[in-house]
Amino acid sequence: MDGHKGHGQITLDPGMLLLIPLGLAALLYLGAALSENRRGNRTWPAHRSLLWLLGLAVIAATLAGHLAERAHTDFAAHMAAHLLAGMLAPLLLALSAPITLALRTIHVESARRLSHLLNSRLARFLTHPIPAAALNVGSLWVLYTTPLSQAMLANPILHYLLLAHFFAAGYLFTVSIVSIDPAPHRASFRLRMTVLILVVAAHSILAKYIYIHPPPGTSPLDAERSGLLMYYGGDLIEIALIIAFFTQWYTATKPQHPAPSRPLR
Amino acid sequence: MTPPTSGTDRASVLRNKSYWSTFLIGLAVMAGVDEIVFHQVLAWHHFYDNATLQIGLLSDGLLHAAELVALVAGFFLLADARRRNSFSPITAWAGFFIGLGAFQLWDGIIDHKVLRLHQVRYDVEILPYDLAWNAFGLALLTAGILLTAVALRRHRTGG
Repeated sequence: MDGHKGHGQITLDPGMLLLIPLGLAALLYLGAALSENRRGNRTWPAHRSLLWLLGLAVIAATLAGHLAERAHTDFAAHMAAHLLAGMLAPLLLALSAPITLALRTIHVESARRLSHLLNSRLARFLTHPIPAAALNVGSLWVLYTTPLSQAMLANPILHYLLLAHFFAAGYLFTVSIVSIDPAPHRASFRLRMTVLILVVAAHSILAKYIYIHPPPGTSPLDAERSGLLMYYGGDLIEIALIIAFFTQWYTATKPQHPAPSRPLR
Repeated sequence: MTPPTSGTDRASVLRNKSYWSTFLIGLAVMAGVDEIVFHQVLAWHHFYDNATLQIGLLSDGLLHAAELVALVAGFFLLADARRRNSFSPITAWAGFFIGLGAFQLWDGIIDHKVLRLHQVRYDVEILPYDLAWNAFGLALLTAGILLTAVALRRHRTGG
């Protein structure tokens, strides 16, 4: 045994270390929600807090535990981690409206700076459906059709960096389609629906492509399992995204009743 | 009230949200039956066979995405028709059967035969299967057309 690693010394897995910021994010959100409720005149919906916690838990599952360990070596486990970190977690977190909560609870000066940032040209570009979709789909195609996927399985740091990248790209895409948070210059429903269909199509085509053409360093059997997982697992998460999208459409197109006055809130 | 001309009658049935919402649901339901019964339960269809054309993979991906969106969009459009009090059951059934038949025929002719995505079944004489598949699709589509005619007539007579 290596003399430097004696008994009682804990070896730190980078995935475990990454759980610390997740825990902080959970505390921060819950603290903000509580202070919002304590103010009296408004309540922060409990289901949003639950969505935030679920989203963080999904990310945690890709960083530590059984799935995370297997994702370093097993391509299908890696694919499951990709679905969780790049699709499911972004959807759960986006629906928990963290920016809205932040804008309501932080100091007014910081809130102004944050909304300036969200209004910046770069932020508007990145949260537009077309660039966000291109980033999302483009990264997937690059990863699974080049030797990058092989390098990722060999190098844990690269694996975490890529997970972070997929989460970020997935989050931008999700908020470009369904945004609870304030989104200046939001694209039309028609454009968002078109982009949504194209991204779902690209995802299922890539899943079949992986099934047929194993990425470098992946056995045909692993590629088939991963392709099927990406196809059917992706469908389930995408249906949830589509339902969220049409729920927003349904609310936004609510018929205007000719009633003279509505109760003020 | 003056009776509307037959041209606007037809337009009002065909433009009705009840019609298009259930058309989308019909497409997606048939696609779902195909996926669950023939791909998963019977395992007659293959996820991929080596005869698939490249363009077939592309079209299949787009169709698959459209089905998922159609299923959800259909139900939301239906709910929208109801809250606007423009829901008509007979029109809705007409759209549903047109959707079922349209998907079945598209799948049987374009997907199976033209793009060769996969076949109905493997290691058997395929012709009877193809005929049964498409005859079933045609029957569904015919039912949809008849129901559309009934919906048009009811609308015209104010029934």
